Amino acid sequence: MSETTPGGSPPDAKPLLQTIGLTKRYGTFLANDGIDTEIWPRQIHALLGENGAGKSTLVKLIYGLLQPSAGEMRWEGHVMVLAGPAQARARGIGMVFQHFSLFDNLTVAENVALGLDGKESFKDISARLREVSRLYGLPLDPKREVWQLSVGERQRIEIVRALMQNPRFLILDEPTSVLTPQEADQLFAVLERLKAEGRAILYISHKLDEVKRLCDTATILRTGRKVATCSPKAETAGSLARMMVGTEIKEIRAATRAARMPRLVVNHLDLVPDDPHGVRLDDVSLELKGGEILGMAGVAGNGQDELFAALSGERLVEQSNAIVIEGIAAGALSITARRRLGAAFVPEERLGHGTAPRMKLSDNTLLTGHAAPGMVRHGFVDTQRVLAAVDRITESFDVRKARRDPEAASLSGGNLQKFVVGREILQNPGVLVVSQPTWGVDAGAATVIRQALLDLAAGGTAVLVISQDLDELIEITDRIAVMFHGRLSASLKTADATREQLGLLMGGSHPGQEDTAHAARA
Amino acid sequence: MELVEAIILSVLAASTPLLIAATGELVTERSGVLNLGVEGMMIMGAACGLGGTWLTGSIIVGALCGMIAGMLLSLIFATMTLGLAVNQVATGLALTIFGIGLSGLIGAGFVGERIATAPHLHLPSPTDVPFGGRILFGQDGFVYLSLALIVAVRWFLYRTRAGLVLRACGDNHVSAHALGYPVLRIRLLATMFGGACAGLAGAYLPLAYTPFFIPGMTAGRGWIALALVVFASWLPGRLVIGAYLFGAVSILQLHAQGAGIGIPSQFMSALPYLATVIVLVALSRARSGGSTTPASLGTVFVPDR
Amino acid sequence: MQLVLEKRAEQSTAAALVSPLVAIAATLATMSLLLALLGKNPAAALIVYFVDPLTDGYSLQEIAVKATPLVMIAVGLALCYLANAWNIGAEGQFLIGAVAGSWIAVKTQGTDAGHWVLPAMLASAAIAGALYALIPAIGKVRFGASEILTSLMLVYVAELFLDYLVRGPWRDPAGFNFPTTAEFDPVATVPVLVEGGRLHLGAILALLAVAAAAVLLGRTLKGFEIRVVGAAPRAARFAGFDPDRAILVTFAVSGALAGLAGIIEVAGPIGHLQPGISPGYGFTAIIVAFLGRLNPVGILIAGLFLALTFIGGEQAQIAMKIPLDVTKVFQGILLFYVLACDSLILYRFRFISKSPGVLRGTG
Repeated sequence: MSETTPGGSPPDAKPLLQTIGLTKRYGTFLANDGIDTEIWPRQIHALLGENGAGKSTLVKLIYGLLQPSAGEMRWEGHVMVLAGPAQARARGIGMVFQHFSLFDNLTVAENVALGLDGKESFKDISARLREVSRLYGLPLDPKREVWQLSVGERQRIEIVRALMQNPRFLILDEPTSVLTPQEADQLFAVLERLKAEGRAILYISHKLDEVKRLCDTATILRTGRKVATCSPKAETAGSLARMMVGTEIKEIRAATRAARMPRLVVNHLDLVPDDPHGVRLDDVSLELKGGEILGMAGVAGNGQDELFAALSGERLVEQSNAIVIEGIAAGALSITARRRLGAAFVPEERLGHGTAPRMKLSDNTLLTGHAAPGMVRHGFVDTQRVLAAVDRITESFDVRKARRDPEAASLSGGNLQKFVVGREILQNPGVLVVSQPTWGVDAGAATVIRQALLDLAAGGTAVLVISQDLDELIEITDRIAVMFHGRLSASLKTADATREQLGLLMGGSHPGQEDTAHAARA
Repeated sequence: MELVEAIILSVLAASTPLLIAATGELVTERSGVLNLGVEGMMIMGAACGLGGTWLTGSIIVGALCGMIAGMLLSLIFATMTLGLAVNQVATGLALTIFGIGLSGLIGAGFVGERIATAPHLHLPSPTDVPFGGRILFGQDGFVYLSLALIVAVRWFLYRTRAGLVLRACGDNHVSAHALGYPVLRIRLLATMFGGACAGLAGAYLPLAYTPFFIPGMTAGRGWIALALVVFASWLPGRLVIGAYLFGAVSILQLHAQGAGIGIPSQFMSALPYLATVIVLVALSRARSGGSTTPASLGTVFVPDR
Repeated sequence: MQLVLEKRAEQSTAAALVSPLVAIAATLATMSLLLALLGKNPAAALIVYFVDPLTDGYSLQEIAVKATPLVMIAVGLALCYLANAWNIGAEGQFLIGAVAGSWIAVKTQGTDAGHWVLPAMLASAAIAGALYALIPAIGKVRFGASEILTSLMLVYVAELFLDYLVRGPWRDPAGFNFPTTAEFDPVATVPVLVEGGRLHLGAILALLAVAAAAVLLGRTLKGFEIRVVGAAPRAARFAGFDPDRAILVTFAVSGALAGLAGIIEVAGPIGHLQPGISPGYGFTAIIVAFLGRLNPVGILIAGLFLALTFIGGEQAQIAMKIPLDVTKVFQGILLFYVLACDSLILYRFRFISKSPGVLRGTG
């Protein structure tokens, strides 16, 4: 209780919620270590921190999903012990989850009903759902099943569900990570309105601009501890970042690169998804030269996964010349054959897609390395060579691990991502397709990975970066194209592109340059 | 006419254990648990059901014994898969092997002992209506019970809040947990309900179908019940159709054998099993789009504390 | 107090080695209880079960003879289970292999066919077993039908088919109407290894299967493919491995091994085709595969152990009038404990107090 109330003293005498020395321990690991915070009504309170800083753990404690190992919470000055989320909801605490807590095969109304504890009839819930969604400008059809909805609509369900409990305190976990900048603006308007209604909001984010714009107070976490409480409007993005990361982030140095021959070409690719919930690719074209980094922006679920699968060969394409790698029609070639042409791939999901989580790093090196000569001879695996490759990746990319050859799942997110990216880069690929290269990775590892991508391009490799992080794309790419509803916009020069332009493209409209945007389509 | 009536009566009798066992398994699977041990729970239900009736003379006590036996076995399953996060497929197989062995041990005490089977309903005038009277008003109590059960399950799943929560657990256990629902406890209850139904279905065999116990008398009915749940796309209404269709196949092949149509009896006996294979293959292909398969079926869930 | 599972950062190697032993110990304890309930002296019974068969040569040979089909089938099943393909119809593939091999034996009976008969029988049994296993596998990969249910259904079909053959077309005319074929000719019989003994060539083939599977899984890219497909199907596709092909291949291999085990049993220890040629080898092999931790060498040991329970069970029935079903119960309980102990490898068990902590932390 050493902290004073920051951000101007609100009129209310007591904070709505106070945590005192809140601690969550897993074995010897402290996910939250003695955290003191105060949440006041009529305030938007930011919770800032890197991945793994303990933000999610803290809100799970507040929402009753986890039990603290030590410390306490006070609600309006009284000690609060929560046995589960229902008790949190009963007090007026609402939560919008980052990974939505929705049920794909149930309807919107059923999903909402599951988040309410009252004895309200189903009919009343549907009626109230319509009313709340109209009131806050969050349109929803109660009868639709969730799997039919877009990511933005899914988030609306989460928000409406929380609002229908008429919460006094609303927690939002990284709500804008799946939204276009314009959709985010609409969300901010809703949040401002909730604040004006006297509610308290805890806003979790790692996007500093947003926090500066929206939030009145910020609590900053680092490795499970609270490192500062401040008023974000009085800080600069740089000072906030320093508090989050603890050290100065190394600047990335861009090398000069000369674009050479096209190494990856996509010609009018149309593709119907195997999965009925998937996105259809519609006339996607792109051309990527050696030494170039092309960014692909877009809200998740607009066909990026399908395009990645088509490029990698996990999904084959009938017209083989729709995808050309190093001048060879590759649409009908397997992923192994494409690797032999010099292509390499890094999928979005590290665990389960990029690696087999419960297998060793050596097995996971063989996973993609078996295509190239050396690791396998006459069908037999050369274990020594595979282990040598593990060592090379580990040294080059500073992968921290407990033993020489641990299981993939035992590595931290950042270290595993460095391993996965390093595994592909050390194959010296001519073409690298990488999806969400730094998603969920700490700042240090993110810098290493981005630098490695730049260096790779400087060596003449064609690099395609699929990312939802616009900042990342603006930082490292030469050109940016935007995916929307399975279509790919023409690319913009990164140096000339504005956030607003990109945001509009991500939302499906074309910002006043129809001619170039359609140039790729004939 | 009388032959047709007799056939329909025997189809209903043959279908009832399938329907009861499949109804229980449907609820279990809707909660996200795949219990492949239905065969083992059924055969234990048969052994204990007969034992209960043989000792007390009461059909109801026998049926209860069967249900309890099935439920106890499902508790072992739940302890393993929910408590210790063991693979559900392997545990289901273990449950079947264990159930078959233990039922042999328990049933050894009364192999060959006959009991009086469950009485059939008899309402003097309606039952005696020439055609249809016995079909509608002349069944044993289990047949009516099985139909009441499926109606109740349908109502529960789609009309009650608890049913909605159960379906939610089967669709996405992570979300259900995040909203504060006790996923494992709900699954435990659903698994026990499935066990009780399988036990009751097993007990039906000696108590109403053939009045004695022989080892292995379930003869794969537990597996067919599992297939029926798939056949029904996890929808209670279709389960009734599926169960009666399979009952019909097994009875018609018996009558065909009796009529001596010149096809070796073993081939006719194989029909229900072959039909299961064919139906599974044909139906699995037809299904697409927003599926009714519980999305988290058979996956392990370990809540984070 | 409440039991909580915590995922280990890595699978515990120590637990992996100890877990089958813990499982066996727990099973023996449970069995003692059960035997006591049956009114038998547990210690005496366990000695009859597990020690007596090891003390005389005849029983030792019998254990190896019984272990032969178990190990052969379980090696194939382990490949399936590693690839996450659930073949539980090995019993049916065993029977079909026996039927296909016997067909040659029956057709050449009494002719002066040469030494090609036995190899042809073995080959046709393996092929038939593989084809029979491919039915559920194809149903799975082409149509998405649960291979668990289809492979099991085909066990009943195989049983009935065998029953038809030995009661109908293949029945021994001189067999007093018993449902059996005539005794196979010497050229259609699996030779014994030692004159006058029971141990036969099949034991060698089972050892070869163990060795081949160990090399396949431990050293080759194909074995790696099978393991990845089972452990992380999406990662396997990313590696360029086709999970469907892995399912087909592992099913075919396990079907072939089960079929081979079937004909070896018929043309070896039994000598003719009849119903009831298997006391549930196909199902017991599932236990063997898991008890051996899906590792070929582990399976060899586990197969011998379960064979011991068969022999011990027979002796216990004779010596102490303990029902044969006790053996099946024993096997079922053993599988439970094996699976439960496997959890130890993935998770750490902890008991925690249920009341949420409200202790004051240090500021």
